[in-house]
Amino acid sequence: MMIEAMIAVALIGALATFVAPNRLAGKLAFAISLVPVAISLWLFAAFDGSGNALLDGELAFESQYEWIQLGDYAITWFVGLDGISLPLVVLTTILVSLAIVSSWTPIDDRESQFYGLVLFIEANLIGVFVSLDFFLWFIFWEAVLIPMYLLIGIWGGPRRKYAAIKFFVYTNVASLLMFGAFIALVFGLGDSVSSFALPEIATAMRNGGLEGLFGIDGPTLASIVFVAMFIGFAVKVPIVPFHTWLPDAHVEAPTPASVLLAGVLLKMGTYALLRFNFTMFPDQAEAYAIPIAAIAVISVIYGAMLALAQTDLKRIVAYSSVSSMGYVILGLIAFTQFGVGGATFQMVSHGLISGLMFMAVGVIYNATHTRMVTDMSGMADRMPVAVGIFIAGAFGYMGLPLMSGFYGEFAIFFGSFGSDFLAYAPVFTVLAMFGIVIVAGYLLYAMQQAVFGPYSLETDYDVGRAPLHDVAPMFVLLGLIILLGVAPELIFDMITDAVDPILERGEL
Amino acid sequence: MALVELPEWVALAPILLLAGTALALFVFDSINPRSTNRTFLAGTAAIGSLASLAVAVWFTAAGVGATGMDGFGVIELFDGQIVVDQMALFFMVVIAVVTALVAVASYDYMEGHAYQAEYYSLVLLAATGMATMAAANSLVTIFIALELASLPSYALVAILKDNRGSVEAGLKYFLIGALSSAIFVYGVSLVYGATGFMQLDAIAAELEALAAGEGGEYGGLLGLGILMLIGGFAFKTASVPFHFWAPEAYEGAPAPISAFLSSASKAAGFVIAFRVFTTAFPLEVTTDLIGIDWTLAFIILAIVTMTVGNFAAATQNNVKRMLAYSSIGHAGYALIGLAGLGAGSETVMGAAMMHLLVYGFMNTGAFLFVALAEYWNVGRTFEDYNGLARQAPIACVALTIFMFSLAGIPPFGGFWSKYFLFYGAIEAGLLVVAAALVINSALSLYYYSRLVKAVWFDDPLVERDSLSQPTGLYAAIIFAAVMTVVLLPGFGPVVDAALEAAAVVVA
Repeated sequence: MMIEAMIAVALIGALATFVAPNRLAGKLAFAISLVPVAISLWLFAAFDGSGNALLDGELAFESQYEWIQLGDYAITWFVGLDGISLPLVVLTTILVSLAIVSSWTPIDDRESQFYGLVLFIEANLIGVFVSLDFFLWFIFWEAVLIPMYLLIGIWGGPRRKYAAIKFFVYTNVASLLMFGAFIALVFGLGDSVSSFALPEIATAMRNGGLEGLFGIDGPTLASIVFVAMFIGFAVKVPIVPFHTWLPDAHVEAPTPASVLLAGVLLKMGTYALLRFNFTMFPDQAEAYAIPIAAIAVISVIYGAMLALAQTDLKRIVAYSSVSSMGYVILGLIAFTQFGVGGATFQMVSHGLISGLMFMAVGVIYNATHTRMVTDMSGMADRMPVAVGIFIAGAFGYMGLPLMSGFYGEFAIFFGSFGSDFLAYAPVFTVLAMFGIVIVAGYLLYAMQQAVFGPYSLETDYDVGRAPLHDVAPMFVLLGLIILLGVAPELIFDMITDAVDPILERGEL
Repeated sequence: MALVELPEWVALAPILLLAGTALALFVFDSINPRSTNRTFLAGTAAIGSLASLAVAVWFTAAGVGATGMDGFGVIELFDGQIVVDQMALFFMVVIAVVTALVAVASYDYMEGHAYQAEYYSLVLLAATGMATMAAANSLVTIFIALELASLPSYALVAILKDNRGSVEAGLKYFLIGALSSAIFVYGVSLVYGATGFMQLDAIAAELEALAAGEGGEYGGLLGLGILMLIGGFAFKTASVPFHFWAPEAYEGAPAPISAFLSSASKAAGFVIAFRVFTTAFPLEVTTDLIGIDWTLAFIILAIVTMTVGNFAAATQNNVKRMLAYSSIGHAGYALIGLAGLGAGSETVMGAAMMHLLVYGFMNTGAFLFVALAEYWNVGRTFEDYNGLARQAPIACVALTIFMFSLAGIPPFGGFWSKYFLFYGAIEAGLLVVAAALVINSALSLYYYSRLVKAVWFDDPLVERDSLSQPTGLYAAIIFAAVMTVVLLPGFGPVVDAALEAAAVVVA
């Protein structure tokens, strides 16, 4: 019942915050958000699941209740955790709490609505990671869109309406494609499934239960569904060429929304790819391994090159997310313990690091009201703490050892280099490694421009040290980044426990 | 159960409660003419419809009209002219809910208006007619019920006497309504001519006898009659090609009446269509006699109606007209219930019934938000709604819920009902209809989210002072919003009730 409690607290808290007076809303939302943090940490401490929730192995904190029975298929409330979803749930609860604190300064309009929406997003994000029934999962998945659309559209920058609508249209069309594909899959499985429970469907798929639908035979249907779902999730991730909504959404979104967008929302896409495409369709994944790896490598290189070409600090961080997500896809398609495990680790790590970077950019913007690195110079003079954290985050991004980014990328490269699953794996791996060089390039460029040298920013604002509640969340994130960098086994062991069943193909 | 020992006409309690309340309001008006005691009038109307709702829900739960293990079987009254079964009760619930919402919302909307008592009694009289439509089992009772629902509706649309739009809308609605009644009655007489019966099950029996015997003699006549009946239903449900009155009438009418007509009246139109076509014209037999499968007409109507409604809605600048066209689009979705009958399963009709129930909340709520906006005098176009969320965040949250639910996006009730329609259409093998449903839903998101964007994102064109919070309108809107959300987790009983109800008539 702890999972339900976590979601319920966030939902009820969202309502309470929504009707609270504006001046109290920020503090209230933070206090409420500490409850899910506490519960998720308790779940983390008490976790004793083994194996993958969708395949075999023991599931932690499971609960399943009847919901709707229609025709031949049951829809149930079915939640549980395994080593893949638990770290992401913890990441979500912590990032939401920190994002709320980091909003206290920049959000000064309609606060109660803002924090209400943030808590509403939290409930749905947790729901996405814990759901084990397709409909339950899809409801949470889609429900994330509406608050994010409002957050960008109401509190965003000058082009916020355009960015909000683009975000909504892209991701909603992608969801529709994925939804249609999945329903076709369930119908195509015929009598071998009697519900929308994901474990049942995954097992039926792996046992070769796919019969076909409307005259399309099983293997063809599997390929169509695989591709449609891949595109549906790829938009969410996002990877090239479906990434164009991301920079717009990021640049226009208010800082906390960017933190959640990069920190958690993008992980919904990679998490779903892992859960659906790679867990349910290992054979199709192998058949399409080369194009997928190519897309991953292109995302890494192209995303990094785009970041290199930007002068807006927030755009630099936004495009670098495209690049980082490319690594995750590469790790997944490697289909080895270190590849898939490293990809999952990288999801968590990137969530922490990109959250940190967006917060740092937000703090600098609050003080200077510009994000152009060409305008800035010598920020280290005026804002030593915030800029110091920015530098630390940038090194984490570059993969400095003893920070979580290093371990994630290392595991991915280690896993993908020796992959039997992916042909020409060493070639793809080496190409992707060039991404690191470019990442270092643009981050060093940005730092050199903005941070070092004499202070010479022309602005009417009084640029000074940020208040404590602006930098405190960043210290927490930095602490977690170093913690995971020093002791990756804190989560890597539970991740590999859950990843191993995915890698065993064929009969279970 | 004590219910068994009561006389059978007790089964009509949901209708009788509505009728009694309407008459009580008339009596009160005669004793105390021109009364402006809004609390009493709106309260009586709301209590009457809530009592009807409570009884209908209780009957459904207790198994009245159900054929299952704990049911009492279908109750037939007046030699089968009227039946009370699960489908009748299901639609009585929908109608009573909408009536109650409209009555509560009218408390503020009709403030300072001259004809208070008439207004509420006409609403309840129309609701009585609609509830009777749900239970009517003969072409005669259907026609009488239809007119009982329609005549008060004409008056209600035109009730804002000093408003030219309202009077004009009432006149148009009346003229087209009279024409379609004529078509419908002509259809009835042709069916009577071909079969010699008025009662629906007797018509079915006669058709079977005709098909088994020589048959075909009056096939053309029967076919024409059926086509004319479809015309009558198309008018009542605002389906293409008899939809032209709807945007005019909804725009001119007081907004609570627009909500009433587009939700309750539409549901009532669908229930007679469901009953007539499943009971009176069994598919195979009728196909033998008239040469074509009547579901074909509904397949075409469904696709055309949803497409026309959605494309027209996308081009509107007036919020009320947009909602009017969107309600035409939703009539197209509900028509899938009849289009899918060819497969002989109750799922698709049950899905249409579920959609009409969810629609009763989300569409009524949307029109009531328009009523709220009219109460505030903010104007009628999308631009006029700009920035309303600053002054009225809670009502705008409700509006957002209605819009996304109408578009069929989780986590709202409209997602389920649209998905089940999609599922039913696929199960019935109607891939084209299912595809049209998905494409239209995706398109509809464009204009629904436009309203959301207007109230949340855009800055108001004019400075507005703080807006008042009329209790009745707010209560109705929030209740509808809460129900739209609650229907998502609580959809299980709705599915069971709708499938049970559909099974009774389809089988």
